[in-house]
Amino acid sequence: MTTSVEARVIPLRPRVAKAPEVELPAEADPVSSAVTFLRNRLTGEYAVDEFGFDPELTEKVLLPPLRLLYEKWFRVSVTGIDNVPKDGGALIVCNHSGTLPLDAVMTAVAVHDEHPARRHLRMLGADLLFRTPLLGTLARKTGQTLACAADAERLLSSGELVGVWPEGFKGIGKPFSARYKLQRFGRGGFVSAALRTGVPIIPCAIVGAEEIYPKIADLKPLARLLGLPYFPVTPFFPLLGPLGAIPLPTKWTIEFGAPIATDSVDPDDVDDPMLIFSLTDQIRESIQQSLYRRLAERESVFKG
Amino acid sequence: MPSSVVLVTGVGGELGGRLLARLGTNPEFERVLGVDTTPPAERVLRRLGRAEFVRADIRNPLIARILEDAGVDTVVHAATTCHPAAPARRGTLKEVNVIGTMRLLAACQRSESVRKLVVKSTAAVYGAGPRSPAVFTEDSDLIPDSWDGHAKDAVEMEGYVRGLARRRPDLTITLARFANVIGPEVDTVLARYFALPVVPTVLGYDARLQLLHSSDALTVLEMATLEDKPGVFNVGSDGVLTLSQAVRRAGRIELPVPRALIPSVAKMLRGARLVDFSQDQVRLLNYGRVVDTTRLKEVFGYRPRWTTAAAFDDYVRGRGLRPVVDGEQLAAMAGRVVTAAATGQVR
Repeated sequence: MTTSVEARVIPLRPRVAKAPEVELPAEADPVSSAVTFLRNRLTGEYAVDEFGFDPELTEKVLLPPLRLLYEKWFRVSVTGIDNVPKDGGALIVCNHSGTLPLDAVMTAVAVHDEHPARRHLRMLGADLLFRTPLLGTLARKTGQTLACAADAERLLSSGELVGVWPEGFKGIGKPFSARYKLQRFGRGGFVSAALRTGVPIIPCAIVGAEEIYPKIADLKPLARLLGLPYFPVTPFFPLLGPLGAIPLPTKWTIEFGAPIATDSVDPDDVDDPMLIFSLTDQIRESIQQSLYRRLAERESVFKG
Repeated sequence: MPSSVVLVTGVGGELGGRLLARLGTNPEFERVLGVDTTPPAERVLRRLGRAEFVRADIRNPLIARILEDAGVDTVVHAATTCHPAAPARRGTLKEVNVIGTMRLLAACQRSESVRKLVVKSTAAVYGAGPRSPAVFTEDSDLIPDSWDGHAKDAVEMEGYVRGLARRRPDLTITLARFANVIGPEVDTVLARYFALPVVPTVLGYDARLQLLHSSDALTVLEMATLEDKPGVFNVGSDGVLTLSQAVRRAGRIELPVPRALIPSVAKMLRGARLVDFSQDQVRLLNYGRVVDTTRLKEVFGYRPRWTTAAAFDDYVRGRGLRPVVDGEQLAAMAGRVVTAAATGQVR
């Protein structure tokens, strides 16, 4: 109070000491955490890792809306989350589908929200993703990186949980008629990355994602023109324009299977192509079986 | 056998000049020579110690004579500029980078006294793109971003160094690939870029930046000169800043420009002689580049003292960059607004 030195000021309304002051206690308060977040953003006081992963942004801004989609729209139920280790590197291998990679996004939410250690899933994406403005940056900020041996091994050996979708564009862009039929699993690069780093491989089956955008046709010339791997036609897209981009509210289940250990493999055999192919086939078969089992149990696409 | 007669090229540059001064005050050396076409900066000249400056052009055959006459045993090649700060004539730079290196290496190969070579290169040799791995190790492929840029020069230069290593296996050769150097005193392309009040960035891209504080860069060159550290080493600070984060830390205004307009903006900045916004540079600002420094720490035995964020903050402070937008003030204001909106009370 500087005024009291010069002249006595009598307040019109006597202030009640402290009471109306807005206290900003620690983290628990959403307002103060929002303020802290804003301050960090505006002053650039936050950390990103060498892959560009920004955990603060991911948790505070990007996960909440996705969580809504996860809980209310797709009503995802998760089984076998205990198969995902609490710490250390592991490779989660999933089936890919759905025209847009929502299955990948939902799996990341599942791992983060359902796992007791609230781990972040670091996914490997195609170079097309990283070439696309905004999306590429967003992917990096949420912890994704390019699907290449160097990045995969680096993440795995630093003890991260890595997600791969080995079907790639063949899987995500498959027609509705081929739903739940696993496509070829690339060249098995993910298996060799796991072998080199000795981390377990966890097969993961996602049911429900394959029906969100029933792709009934592919406009190949348009796709070529836009530089995309496919241009999907669904019953609603492009007929209804942007409305057609709303995914169908299918009921999802994500099942994490029993981990396949790779650390028992002889270091000399890590480069053996036969071993890599047989492991790749084994994982593919295991995911395919889980898919069929889940599908047989499912009564309705929308109610589960 | 320790080095006793050292020759440093590119002493007209900030890094080369400071290295010359550091080596000049080191009593372990018998003689320290610095060559360049332009003399070192005034403040470097005052602190040269026993170091001598020889005005010579490494593109000139005279350089072989200097090596011979002085009995140079250690050559530090710090003349290559892969990220010119100011717009420079492409031809001249290429001459110095490529032809100069060829001449210098040819002289080294002939010389009987030379037994060690330290070459400053750049991490730009790895390129930056959507297909690049997130982190480059020393064994990554060298794919420069453009086929006529400075990074390409560096790749060619490294090719000549490899050639020399093949022909003279007895030489101890250290090749240091520096991340973008920044510091309070050095004038680099990024130093100029972040000093712009409005920083143009590429819309929809937020590159990862790894920096190297100039004092760490200097120490690495000095260590390689003092001790034998053969091999190729990535040199960069720990930690990463994203471009937008760096812009905010410097209190600048970010101006995202659609990619299609980047060439025009680049031309403008070049025309105004502000920043050399080359194609390599644009690719860097699109995709960013991070190098793995495990080999530097474990084999070379140096752990950079500055992190990327600390180096950047030191640059901002040292340059006396007054924030155009004060992040702290803005944050305080935003904080008040949020609190008021949430609680209905104005503090």
